[in-house]
Amino acid sequence: MEPESLSLPNYNIPEDLQHIVAVTTLERLYNWGRRSSVWPLMFGLACCAIEMIAAQTARYDLARFGMEVMRPTPRQADMLLVSGTVTKKMLPAIIRLYNQMPEPKYVVAMGACASSGGPFKEGYNVVAGIDKFLPVDVYVPGCPPTPQALIAGLIKLQEKIDKQKFKTSRWYQKGKTDPNYVPMPILGPDLIDVRRNEEFKRAAANPGGEA
Amino acid sequence: MTAPAPTLDATAQLNASLLARFPESVSTETRPGYSGIIVKKENLVEVAAAIRDEFGYDLLTAVTAVDYLAENKMEVVYHAYKTTGGAGLTFRVQAERVDPIEVPSLVEIWAGADFQEREAYDLFGIRFTSHPDLRRILMWEGFDGHPLRKDWKEAFFEEETKPFKSRWPDGQHVYAEFKNPFRDNLNFPKDFDPNAYQPTGEDDLYLSLENHSLKTESGIKTDQIVVNMGPHHPSTHGVLRVAVTLDGETILGLKPVMGYLHRNHDKIGERSTYLQIMPYTDRLDYFNSMSNNLGYAITVEKLMKIPVAERAEYIRVIMAELTRIQNHLIFVGTLTNDLGAMYTPSLYAFEERELILDIFEAVSGARMMCNYLRFGGVVRDIPDDVLGKIKDLIYERLPAKTAEMERLLNDNEVLIGRLKGVHVLNAETAVRYSVTGPVLRAAGVPYDLRRADPYSVYDRFDFDVAVRHNGDMLDNYLIRFDEIWQSLKILEQALKQMPEGPVNSQKLQYQVRVPAGEAYGRIESPKGELGFYIVSNGKPTPYRYHVRPASFVNITALEEMCRGSKIQDFIALLGMLDIVMGELDR
Repeated sequence: MEPESLSLPNYNIPEDLQHIVAVTTLERLYNWGRRSSVWPLMFGLACCAIEMIAAQTARYDLARFGMEVMRPTPRQADMLLVSGTVTKKMLPAIIRLYNQMPEPKYVVAMGACASSGGPFKEGYNVVAGIDKFLPVDVYVPGCPPTPQALIAGLIKLQEKIDKQKFKTSRWYQKGKTDPNYVPMPILGPDLIDVRRNEEFKRAAANPGGEA
Repeated sequence: MTAPAPTLDATAQLNASLLARFPESVSTETRPGYSGIIVKKENLVEVAAAIRDEFGYDLLTAVTAVDYLAENKMEVVYHAYKTTGGAGLTFRVQAERVDPIEVPSLVEIWAGADFQEREAYDLFGIRFTSHPDLRRILMWEGFDGHPLRKDWKEAFFEEETKPFKSRWPDGQHVYAEFKNPFRDNLNFPKDFDPNAYQPTGEDDLYLSLENHSLKTESGIKTDQIVVNMGPHHPSTHGVLRVAVTLDGETILGLKPVMGYLHRNHDKIGERSTYLQIMPYTDRLDYFNSMSNNLGYAITVEKLMKIPVAERAEYIRVIMAELTRIQNHLIFVGTLTNDLGAMYTPSLYAFEERELILDIFEAVSGARMMCNYLRFGGVVRDIPDDVLGKIKDLIYERLPAKTAEMERLLNDNEVLIGRLKGVHVLNAETAVRYSVTGPVLRAAGVPYDLRRADPYSVYDRFDFDVAVRHNGDMLDNYLIRFDEIWQSLKILEQALKQMPEGPVNSQKLQYQVRVPAGEAYGRIESPKGELGFYIVSNGKPTPYRYHVRPASFVNITALEEMCRGSKIQDFIALLGMLDIVMGELDR
């Protein structure tokens, strides 16, 4: 237990008690617990997945951050590491995985493809960035990012978790609809994002018109 | 190129004997830069059978199509080789570009044509008549259009060729999204109503499975179940999906469903200049970017007819063989993972891989996506201190560590119990299914392109083609170690023989001039035969750019391999093929 990450500042705990006593808030304790055991979903898409595996191995050792427990099922995972090119054909599967993950959940877009489409953006089967569908917490640049870059991104995610508040986190908000639920896209003549049906219908009726 | 080019006489002789055999249905190719023969569509099956049985071209490696829009023709190109080695035979059929475009299927002759014909159907819309299971393979059923046709434009289409003029005008960048009416990478047909759309579903897939099921067995009625594995599955080496029908634990039939990582390599390649394609090839088989570079560079050099600098040839061999070693180590690691020995062997494998990647990083600047080769050589020389590191690795560390892995694993009773006697493929089936690489050699066919059809400077090295004869999983596993030892042997010789000198025979330039014509270049990648088929029309971008990946063709045999096996062996059998999705789906 590292007191500086758990204890509230400005509390002067006597030196001989420092490794026994910590004065903190529930929120801080909760965030400390979560940030120290972010379990990634065992899910690789493309080239970046290999660097993700490399980050798990001896030289880089993600276990130092409590992230070595890769869960094969989304129901036990905290973080979706989108490691590679998101294709239209694969997208419904990714959305389904994300919707099955329990909250709190985080999405890390690893590499140029997951962030923006990368070198394959112009491809007809490529989704130009997973952020068109999922709320991304951290973007890790690179093609592929080195394991060091991935670790830097994951540390950023930990910092983000540290700062989260019960009051403002989106999964603790009141409301009837699940704020994180992403409707499943449909594979039609092209990828149909059902949230934009009306927009697509208008544009398809007027193909030469101004976008 | 130092590989002995097939003498003109031999090719001419072959063409003449084919012409003599089929005077009615075969004609010689006359376009400049092209080779081989043109077969009449109606007689294709008959001629193909003769090519296999009478002329001995038993291995059909590549099947692909080219859309000659200006001539209103579609062409299907076949590359056939002999498993005893030597030059190949290119034959092609041409079909009028009318709807529907129909070409006879060759699945009956070469089962390995199956998936490649499905790919041509998917991307070009060519209907292969009498194909047993003609469905889309990379895109989904219901996708609008056939993307590799020359008159099909993707949603983010700007211009036919790169570099696009729109890039950075007046220091500004305009997002591609803003130019498309749907504000995204999307294209819907006119008057399309997404609210009314009903997805077609996957009935075709499940119907194709149904054909393989046995309804009753000895009078007892049993239920079959269909299990979908993937596309998210921890052991499928990426986003492969396999639909399996099971009778109890026994696999009755299975269909791989792919395209989940289809990144439109061919289409992007046809918009990019020759040099711009080089980094894309890195991302094909992302374990082995150096090998991919080599295959592509060799093909373009064949078209350009330029020599390769002597020192660069050796550097290429060194990089390609280092790649092979790390690929096979990772194979051992992932296979043992699949068998349940989670992590420990793969941690050993990744440790060595990191050291090899350090060398790649030092010479090219990137760990995985090296982009190191150029037409005529490599982009820069190996620094002296890195050469020392390579020597340490090859003479000291890798032999010791490979021996250690062998010692730790190969006598392991559990491993042997899982692997020994589980049949993968026999030689005849492997050849019929166009399987190449270690899987073919483990079945007893000593077919290694480094020896059978030497490229680069492989004819100067003394090495054995690793071959084993049982064709079971244990042989498939052990042959990887054999190949590591042979690669180390080649590396030692390459380091000794490597001369001083320039590393590129050409001036490094952004735009290369490639004369019109076609070329099929192939190398022995760690996973099998990696081929590139390029048609040039003299412009800065290739007219047709096609990758013949080892994984994609090898997986054609998956159903044959697994039928009758137990479901628990399936993951290991799939592991034997050593597929990688970047290459499989492209």
